[in-house]
Amino acid sequence: MQNKGITIKELTVNMGPQHPATHGVLRLVLELEGEIIKKCIPHIGYLHRGIEKLSEDLTYVQSLPLTDRVDYLSSMVNNEGFCVAIEKLMGIEVPERAKFIRTMMAEMARICSHLVWIATHALDIGAMTVFLYAMRDREELLEMFEMVTGARLTVSYPRVGGVRCDVNNRFLDKLYNFIEKFPKKVEEYETLIDRNRVWLKRTKGVGVITAQEAINWGLTGPTLRGSGVYYDVRKFFPYDAYDKVDFEVPVGKNGDVYDRYRCRMLEFRQSARIIKQCIEKLPEGPILADNALRIRMPESPLKIDKKDIIFEIYIEDKQIQEFIQKFTEVYASVEAPRGELGFYIICDDSSKPYRMRVRAPSFVHAGVLPKLCEGSLVADVIANIGSIDIVLGECDR
Amino acid sequence: MNPAEIVKKIRERFPKEVLWFVCFRDECSIVVTKEKIKEILRYLKNTPGLEFDYLVDLTAVDYLGFREPRFDVVYHLMSIKHRHRIRVKAQVPEHGCCIDSVTDLWATANWFERECFDMFGIHFKGHPDLRRILMPEDWKGFPLRKDYPVKSDLGDKEWETYKELKESAKAWKENAE
Amino acid sequence: MIYVIDKTTEVVEIEEGFKVIPAANTIITTINKIASWGRRSSLWPLTFGLACCAIEMMATAASHYDLDRFGIIMRATPRQSDVMIIAGTVAKKMAPVLVNLYHQMPEPRYVIAMGSCACSGGVFNTYSTVQGVDEILPVDVYIPGCPPRPEALIEGLLKLQEKIKNEPYLKRGCISGVCLIDKSQRRCSYESCRNSEKD
Repeated sequence: MQNKGITIKELTVNMGPQHPATHGVLRLVLELEGEIIKKCIPHIGYLHRGIEKLSEDLTYVQSLPLTDRVDYLSSMVNNEGFCVAIEKLMGIEVPERAKFIRTMMAEMARICSHLVWIATHALDIGAMTVFLYAMRDREELLEMFEMVTGARLTVSYPRVGGVRCDVNNRFLDKLYNFIEKFPKKVEEYETLIDRNRVWLKRTKGVGVITAQEAINWGLTGPTLRGSGVYYDVRKFFPYDAYDKVDFEVPVGKNGDVYDRYRCRMLEFRQSARIIKQCIEKLPEGPILADNALRIRMPESPLKIDKKDIIFEIYIEDKQIQEFIQKFTEVYASVEAPRGELGFYIICDDSSKPYRMRVRAPSFVHAGVLPKLCEGSLVADVIANIGSIDIVLGECDR
Repeated sequence: MNPAEIVKKIRERFPKEVLWFVCFRDECSIVVTKEKIKEILRYLKNTPGLEFDYLVDLTAVDYLGFREPRFDVVYHLMSIKHRHRIRVKAQVPEHGCCIDSVTDLWATANWFERECFDMFGIHFKGHPDLRRILMPEDWKGFPLRKDYPVKSDLGDKEWETYKELKESAKAWKENAE
Repeated sequence: MIYVIDKTTEVVEIEEGFKVIPAANTIITTINKIASWGRRSSLWPLTFGLACCAIEMMATAASHYDLDRFGIIMRATPRQSDVMIIAGTVAKKMAPVLVNLYHQMPEPRYVIAMGSCACSGGVFNTYSTVQGVDEILPVDVYIPGCPPRPEALIEGLLKLQEKIKNEPYLKRGCISGVCLIDKSQRRCSYESCRNSEKD
């Protein structure tokens, strides 16, 4: 073999925005030296729809359907997060039954979302059958969503102060039957990939991030827990009925793709457990609080008790007090399937949010991609993108 | 540690910088001047007992017409060890719209600050790579400012490339008819 | 396509415009008919998921709804596909990429706007969204809904098949036959991204 006359140089490869394995419109620019990635530059914003800006122009009630479209794989959790934030702002106490229904629905959404994740992640790595199995089971869940909410994906089911409509026994029976069978189905997926040599080779030891780094990079959800950090919003700052149900938070050890995969697979079972408990414990009663936010025309301003605001001012400025009392702000977060989904809402005394900020886990997770990919092989990029489980709608908002 | 104690600790350390603090629904926010923001955040991160090791969110708010200085840069911090949260807000004026970057404290601040720059036009001093992140690089204006239009029809502020695309689409539309 | 072994020499009309002489094992038809038959029976859409609708598109292609039974197989590259299903909101940043992809598809090519956002912008009347993909591309079929159900997508694809059925062979596919948009081969010049040293 002669190497004369061959020059070796770095190759820049563009991946995306249209690429079947980038889970949407993520674009990566990879600088390669042979098969090794020297540099990875993610570009996002191809799905930036201006949800934050648009919500400033809509009333609180109108903003709720927008949150469906933030993370469309688990729209129920997004609605829940928005409602939790507004309830916290207004000081509404949600009825017990509504809390349990919401918890149940949110866990259903988590299963749905994780099913899409395992389907696409396995498909990317090369296991086609898992995709078909997972989508088959997801369809059953979507059917149940439709029974209650009337929609498959964008549900807009929770309301500020409760939920839109009650669940009936037919639905609960169907859900219970599904949940009874579901752990078996998870085992079925596991038999396909869990001890598959190809799968293990492509996931174990790939995309490692240590606990300290994971915290520093702001990861949340299963992506953080795969590195062995115990942090779950449902346990740390319980909302809805999560403090009344019994569940565990699976935590990984090595922080590689395989551990993140295991975490999510275990979460399937925990979600099933929560749903089961919710059905069993579901109390009777109203589903909407008395002082819930209702649609009125023309929209009346949000009423907030100004006595709840405690403040101390250390400078001499007379207008500050007025300012503080005008702008009340609240940050509430929920555990979305992808991680901590936070809503930071500033309310001036009008019917529209002054500012709605969505703290999207996918945005943070996409930012860590260079850290995960650099120094590894090209094929590992796909495994890494799959394992951090990003939704570009949420990433770009 | 409860919010009042945290505020007390910060005030002892930085008496001049803390302007006021607000507590609403058990959430505490401290408003500070922007000059020593990095020291304050480093103090919050490294002091035993506080240990806010986790930057949950970094964003900005535009108070156009309500207050001077115009912007607030909002940091949401959390401690995984102690399970407490705090919100730190730094005031940034419209003129000389810049603040120190905290990318070396938390790696996650990198993208958050880029987003903040993209949406509000706030410059972060010491940021390793301050570019637009969500909008195209040659986009005009900062969308989340209050004086920026919401609706799609941007007029003069329209992105040049999109204008070109629309122009050329006109050509084939006429052709088709 | 129709294989009949028979001794009758009479011409039998099996479908409008398709005549068969069984004994001669021959079909008599126009070139238009045969071309459109070929085109409509194997639509290969480009997997081009943008937003929420992409998930429904995925569900349509997956086990429950199974698009394969219509001869519709998702392709990952524009070079192999005939139909572009624009599933989701088109942001202005995405628009040049979209046009680029469209021009990479071989003629005749068709476009389906799936969902309210692709049809008209939907709820997102904001600074960063394209108000309907027909502002930049010629659209053949619109499917409303937010997101449309898989049945609606299937209906849309069947409608497209119907449209192709009545199209003449030499019509240059669809109205976009002439590449007016892509005057100079500026494939990636729209891209706003420069490779930064510091990223």
